[in-house]
Amino acid sequence: MTGDKEKARRLTALFLLGSVLFSYPVISLFNLPALVWGVPLLYAYVFCVWAVIILLIALATHKGSRPVGNRFSDRG
Amino acid sequence: MIATWIILLFAFGYVALLFAIAYYGDKRADMGKSIISNPYIYALSLAVYCTAWTFYGSVGRAARTGLGFLPIYIGPTLTAALGWLVLRKIIRISKVHRITSIADFIASRYGKSMTLGGVVTIIAVLGIIPYISLQLKAISTSYLLIKHYPQFAIDVNFAQIPFLKDTAFYIALLLAVFAILFGTRHLEATERHEGLVAAIAFESVVKLAAFIALGVFITYIVYDGFADIFRKATDSPELKRLFVFEDRPGAFIDWGMYIFLSMLAVMFLPRQFQVTVVENVNEEHLNKAIWLFPLYLLAINIFVLPVAIGGLLHFTGSVVDADTFVLTLPMAEHSQWLAVLVFIGGISAATGMVIVETVALSTMICNDLVMPVLLRRFSRQLAKRSDISNILIVIRRFSIILVLLVGYTHFHLIGEFYPLVSLGLISFAAVAQFAPAILGGIFWKRGTRLGALTGLIAGFVIWLYTLVFPSLVQAGLLPPGFVSHGLFGVTLLKPFQLFGLEGFDPISHAIFWSLLLNTGCYIGVSLFNAPTAIEHSQAALFVDIFRYSGEIERPAFWRGRATIPDLRSLLEAVLGKQRADEAIAAYAKGQDKDWERTVEAEAGFVGYAEKLLAGAIGSSSARVMVSSVVKEEPLGIDEVMDILDETRQVIMYSRELERATNELKSANERLKELDRLKDDFISTVTHELRTPITSIRSLAEILYDNPDIDILRRKHFSGIIIHESERLTRLISQVLDFQKIESGKVEWQVTNVDMTNIIDEALIATDRMIKDKNVTVDVHVPDQVPLVEGDQDRLIQVMVNLISNAVKFCEKDEGAIDIALMVGEDRIQVDVKDNGIGISPENQKIIFETFQQVRDTSRGRPPGSGLGLSIAKRIIDFHHGHIWVTSELGKGSTFSFTIPLPKEKWAL
Repeated sequence: MTGDKEKARRLTALFLLGSVLFSYPVISLFNLPALVWGVPLLYAYVFCVWAVIILLIALATHKGSRPVGNRFSDRG
Repeated sequence: MIATWIILLFAFGYVALLFAIAYYGDKRADMGKSIISNPYIYALSLAVYCTAWTFYGSVGRAARTGLGFLPIYIGPTLTAALGWLVLRKIIRISKVHRITSIADFIASRYGKSMTLGGVVTIIAVLGIIPYISLQLKAISTSYLLIKHYPQFAIDVNFAQIPFLKDTAFYIALLLAVFAILFGTRHLEATERHEGLVAAIAFESVVKLAAFIALGVFITYIVYDGFADIFRKATDSPELKRLFVFEDRPGAFIDWGMYIFLSMLAVMFLPRQFQVTVVENVNEEHLNKAIWLFPLYLLAINIFVLPVAIGGLLHFTGSVVDADTFVLTLPMAEHSQWLAVLVFIGGISAATGMVIVETVALSTMICNDLVMPVLLRRFSRQLAKRSDISNILIVIRRFSIILVLLVGYTHFHLIGEFYPLVSLGLISFAAVAQFAPAILGGIFWKRGTRLGALTGLIAGFVIWLYTLVFPSLVQAGLLPPGFVSHGLFGVTLLKPFQLFGLEGFDPISHAIFWSLLLNTGCYIGVSLFNAPTAIEHSQAALFVDIFRYSGEIERPAFWRGRATIPDLRSLLEAVLGKQRADEAIAAYAKGQDKDWERTVEAEAGFVGYAEKLLAGAIGSSSARVMVSSVVKEEPLGIDEVMDILDETRQVIMYSRELERATNELKSANERLKELDRLKDDFISTVTHELRTPITSIRSLAEILYDNPDIDILRRKHFSGIIIHESERLTRLISQVLDFQKIESGKVEWQVTNVDMTNIIDEALIATDRMIKDKNVTVDVHVPDQVPLVEGDQDRLIQVMVNLISNAVKFCEKDEGAIDIALMVGEDRIQVDVKDNGIGISPENQKIIFETFQQVRDTSRGRPPGSGLGLSIAKRIIDFHHGHIWVTSELGKGSTFSFTIPLPKEKWAL
């Protein structure tokens, strides 16, 4: 149950992180008609943030499914 | 170009393949080997979210607004992050309560309200119509495009052609047939369609593959990679503006609004609810799906902007509709097979949506709109029919046809004037109205039926006014002055600038007002409206689902009487005989052996039957059906009190349990204490035994080793030996005595005894001890002492113990003992007072306890076993008397006991 709660907390944090990164005013910082690596800056920003959020969700759900610290036992 | 018949062959071949997959999926499900029970298929089935809107419309949207197509997919990603909290709860609730649609969910949450279920159904159906029209538009346009190759721009005014000659009409009918064959082949108790889900997952693969293939073709074959396309676009100021937000006030607000809107839509679109919640096999699948589904969305969107720019570059100056770029680009590049693949991809995107959506809507229409009306009108007749399941299936099939025909009508009259995405957004705005009632319903217990109803209706009216009516203006069904000057010319009522709110696009504007009013009404009305008993109980069951999910079969609010045969025939009528028998057998397994023979159904079975029916016909209909065979007594104040009582009893039980635990705990403590005392006792006794034995032995040795010892000393030594042996005997007999009394083996010799006599006897027995220590003894006894009933020897023993105790603690030569006997009204009291060292208050409490000896470190252990006083207490207890001590340290103690006078017979 602790794992579930921990997971819920992490995912909620990711939701908040995504909400901030995808909204005004943060997104307006990247609202420039420039190209990075040949791609429009805004386009690159949105897709990068998007990919990172997905990656973090994946990590959060998979880490959360087992209790933290279990892998390191004291037996050495 | 490839001949039309070949393309049609591909299209039909594709649909046939879908049928084969669905058939296989159902077959495997019947065998119990589900092919959809894994997170990957689940995630793919969620991708039914991507429809023709995504497939064709996104590119069109991107060509007009740049990144404006993206919020629709970012929203679901954020929802997915919250999915673990929100979706899991909705899934659990739906599983536990056998909920099969959004309408059912809301109705069930607010007290199984039929009205609410009906209203939700109407909103859902009307709201989804534009969305279905969008799919019809996409399919018919793509078909016409392929047919009219090499012409890229088709300018057909659909409203002008009679519908019998309109391809879209036949497409609508075909889709209806698909949906009927896929979704309503037979009635499922849980509304789960494994075959359907398998086919949908397959469709998701096809549309993704088709779109990626197109994207790679445009980006890397027609152009030279992303950088090339974007560099070409920078040359044109017209295209460069697509790289950033639209340059107008409110662009950021619209962006945020769309994200918010799609967050809600991905949860509350009927088809999303169907695949996410109803078709969910295992809650754990959410774990993977909440990142796989966003990943799918990301993948299908990567090439949207390049394709849009590619299209704009390619068709500069021509009138090709950007919504068709996906198809017209490969056609223009003469890549015919890719065009066919894209065409199939578009079909898969559109059919997937239409099939799932109409199945979900037909369930709602049947369970929450038609059945309640039928049941209300003809409940008696229906309950007697044995083929309700057939009626249900027929209703559903007609619902599917109806929904598609209305969708077609919408497309025919209105749809063609709108880009694909705008049509879809109107539907999104409609289903977003469910958000307050559902989210409030699962996290806030206080939300009431009336609140939800008012909120939904308010939101719905705003939606109609700000989005639907203007579209009717566009179709020429309403006068244009409505949009430009407002209703009756009132400027504040202009549908796109309601109450003067400007700077939003129509969708954001509608969302703001409708959700504001909806939420406000929901909360406000709920707070000023007390929930009924059943609303209360449903609210608790929904909000605290993770606490209650174990004990759902007991209906809290069912106080009726029904017979098992009646319920059985009801179940058979709705579910069919075989499934009803299975379900009843499953229930009987958990019951007593003679359950089968009982006739009167208990509340548990009524609830079970209702839940089974709810799976097939919705919770409010199930309630009506069951009540047609149950003589339900209306829930009066008494029943509510009963329920409260039950709750109180549960609380009381838990309190009793707590008390019992505490008692056990203290008993355990006491046992431990006794154990410790026993150890002390044994060490005391052995010590006491060893002291006399040691002296006896050493003196005997002296006498043995020195036969010529003089007579005086010999006599002295023998005297000590005798004295010590007596002490030993006394000690042993005390231990034995105590043991006897404790185990109840003492034979009491109850006679009439004279207490004066007892005091005398005791003084004689302790005479030597008194003389040895040179203690003075005073005795005060009245002349006339009434006889008491008791055991003479035992009472003497008490006196001896008290006197010897007093002697023991007196100083030599200075000791004074005062023995007094007083006759009260109903008892005789004897005091033994000494002027010894006294007993501290804490020791006074424990002095009569078994094995306790007063410890005094400065004086060491007092002589004796520590048993004397506890033996005395037990003897006095036997005589129904009291024994106690009053004492002050340094000033002596007074031991007193009472023996009752025989006024009435004792129950010996």
